[in-house]
Amino acid sequence: MVSVCFYFQVHQPHRLRHYSVFDIGKSHDYFDHHKNRVVMEKVASKCYLPANNLMHHLIDKHDGRFRIAYSITGAAIQQFEQYQPDVIQSFQDLAKTGCVEFLSETFYHSLSYLFSKEEFTEQVLMHKRLVKRLFGQTPTVFRNTELVYNNELAKYVEDMGYKAILAEGADHILGWRSPNYLYRPVTTSKIKLLLKNYKLSDDIAFRFSNRGWEEWPLTVEKFAQWVNAFNGNGTNLNLFMDYETIGEHQWKDTGIFNFLRALPAELLKHPDNEFLTPSQVADKYEPVAELDIHTMISWADIERDLSAWLGNEMQQNAMKEVYAIERAIKETKDEALIEDWRRMQTSDHFYYMCTKWFSDGDVHRYFNPYDSPYDSFIAFMNIMNDLMLRIRAHGVEIEPPAGMTPAGSPGPRLPDPAGRPEGQQTLVAGAWNGPAKEPAHQVNRKG
Amino acid sequence: MFGWEFPPFNKGGLGTACHGLTKGLANHGCHVTFVIPKAPLGASSSHVNLIVADNLTLADLKDVDLKEVDALLIPYISGEEYGERLGAVRKVLMQKGLDTQHVDVYGKNLYEEVWRYGQQARLIAMHEDFDVIHAHDWMTYQAGMQAKQVSGKPLVVHIHATEFDRTGGHPNQLIYDIEREGLHAADQVCAVSNYTKQMVVRHYGIPAEKVTVVHNAVEFNERTPSHVQAKLYGDDKVVLFLGRLTLQKGPDYFLSAAKRVLEHDKNVTFVIAGDGDMTPFIIHKAAEMGIANKVLFTGFLRGPEIDRAYQMADLYVMPSVSEPFGITPLEAMRNNTPVIISKTSGVSEVVRHCLKVDFWDIDQMANKMLSVLRHAPLHRELQRRGKEEVHTFTWDVPAKKCLEVYSGVLSRAS
Repeated sequence: MVSVCFYFQVHQPHRLRHYSVFDIGKSHDYFDHHKNRVVMEKVASKCYLPANNLMHHLIDKHDGRFRIAYSITGAAIQQFEQYQPDVIQSFQDLAKTGCVEFLSETFYHSLSYLFSKEEFTEQVLMHKRLVKRLFGQTPTVFRNTELVYNNELAKYVEDMGYKAILAEGADHILGWRSPNYLYRPVTTSKIKLLLKNYKLSDDIAFRFSNRGWEEWPLTVEKFAQWVNAFNGNGTNLNLFMDYETIGEHQWKDTGIFNFLRALPAELLKHPDNEFLTPSQVADKYEPVAELDIHTMISWADIERDLSAWLGNEMQQNAMKEVYAIERAIKETKDEALIEDWRRMQTSDHFYYMCTKWFSDGDVHRYFNPYDSPYDSFIAFMNIMNDLMLRIRAHGVEIEPPAGMTPAGSPGPRLPDPAGRPEGQQTLVAGAWNGPAKEPAHQVNRKG
Repeated sequence: MFGWEFPPFNKGGLGTACHGLTKGLANHGCHVTFVIPKAPLGASSSHVNLIVADNLTLADLKDVDLKEVDALLIPYISGEEYGERLGAVRKVLMQKGLDTQHVDVYGKNLYEEVWRYGQQARLIAMHEDFDVIHAHDWMTYQAGMQAKQVSGKPLVVHIHATEFDRTGGHPNQLIYDIEREGLHAADQVCAVSNYTKQMVVRHYGIPAEKVTVVHNAVEFNERTPSHVQAKLYGDDKVVLFLGRLTLQKGPDYFLSAAKRVLEHDKNVTFVIAGDGDMTPFIIHKAAEMGIANKVLFTGFLRGPEIDRAYQMADLYVMPSVSEPFGITPLEAMRNNTPVIISKTSGVSEVVRHCLKVDFWDIDQMANKMLSVLRHAPLHRELQRRGKEEVHTFTWDVPAKKCLEVYSGVLSRAS
């Protein structure tokens, strides 16, 4: 039996505008409304609307035997509501089919788990309420931003009441183990771990249109053959990817829509194949073994670690500044201010500051709404300064004092970008042995 | 190969570029005869600065012959300056007791001298054995064309700067005509950037496929001279401008951004290193803006002083209005100094670990200056990545490209 489990990530960040030093104290408008609108309209017309149509068609056609899951961030929902409400409607229509599951995550697609459990919990609850309100479901499966994961998170999420959690299943994480079974994170007692089959997922998400790939062109027959081969070697096949793969990362003329339209029927030809959502997989199977992942992993880049967001000093500094003002900003009880601060937590802002493959000459893979990682950092830090002014305007003190950490001072401890436990970390700046040759998972949202 | 200058006697980037390129070509087994104009001894006039770059000598160029042609051409000379120079040379030669027949060998004006250099190039071309002619910038185009005429060998012209760059869009017609003639006569054109290529295509009517972009590189000593005492007295952060004080380099935009920065942060000193026709104007303007106490002028810097200036600075800014390539940001990066560069420059096409601005956008320039000075993590990341990056620009790459251009013109010729 092979249970094929599709989960699609839907996310759009609130992109920041080129907020300058001279805007500080004068303008509290941090976001690039024009760019956000343009990107949303484009992605809605190329991906969200046609892809939702296709999914709806497939669910109808296969009489409920085709099932999928989405994780839609609050930041994306906010922008649907603002710019493209019909996308929400079409997701609601999908929810009504009963064949679509919605997963839980942080509202703002943030890395808050690493810095503030309190903020993390609040964002997860906010998101849960949003899913309930829009889609009438209470999520039971959790996926963290960019599949950032370790044992401790699994335990934390178990205590929040979730029955399953998702993570990356790359070789160097799993070793000899197969991603096609359920696992039990060490230190937990109930929660089940679903791992991404990165090979088959990336065959669709990244290699589908790559004419240099030996398997190109990818046909449904070929793909079904690979899936069928897992019969007897696994219970569940987890295909996790960005929803924007369909129509945006892989354009319509690559044939991606036709491929997906034909895929369910091809897979269902084999009597032992079926489609399940993550919670159905968790209900149906039991873990085959414990899995010990004590370092932080993610689904990004070759490294599958935190380096895409925390790999350089600018990123670490910006992140530290954000969470340093948490107490003060919440004390103001100013909802608009807190909302702006939360939008600043979206992981994409830190991703844009990444310099590791900026050196690679591979600009085409690299999308950044700014001219460079340095410009992203400048806009971000200027906004942080304005947030601090607004906090002070409420008569609230900020501790530690605002402004820059002087060079060389330790400051609050950050998680190691490579996810190593304390004591095994090397200097972050020296940790790079060169740029990654092929980002395994692009977290950039093209626009 | 025809040039205007060659280290150790060079005033600008052209000499350095020719040196690097010939060295790169020699490393690929290509033999180069390099021809430059050279005035008789004692004839260099005092207002012209010829710098001695002590790290560049002919000794390391095994496969390059240097040929000097008796001529009064020097880089970046204007018609007026040529007149002064000619007067000075005449005086020196008269004093030596030579008769007027020997004294009056030089052209009556700059353009005549350029033409005369071309005539001498003819003689050289008749006696030298070579396969391709390569001429650098307008003063040598006549020479290149003459050499092509007598030898029938293909001509490659290299454009490091156009008359539009030098004059801020108000070209001298005679120079423009010479440039245009040379570009059209060439079998292939090398441009130092896409930016320059577009200039050549747009303003000189050259088809794009005839222009190959050969980005400059930069050659560094193994040892970077380190000046321990480089920092200025006091706690001020230092922002540096280094270049000729002319319209093309945008010193006035630098000053306006300085004013904007000082409105927000008093603890910054701006250093303007270089000399040029705009010097008096810039000094007056600084005073008029009320920031004269925060702007220091060093005058023209030489050799080791240049490295020292970069090391003294917390930030280097190149606000050029029009910069065909622009090697100074690379020099700054080598000295561990973060850089902000104008988008209208060739170097901005190849350098990534820097900040880029539109030269006219004073607020953006000031915003970025303030950010680099304020945020230590940004400053350090730019330093670290910049230094890594700058070492990838070796002359091997442009030399290879030139060799491809040569084989292209040779195969078409045969």
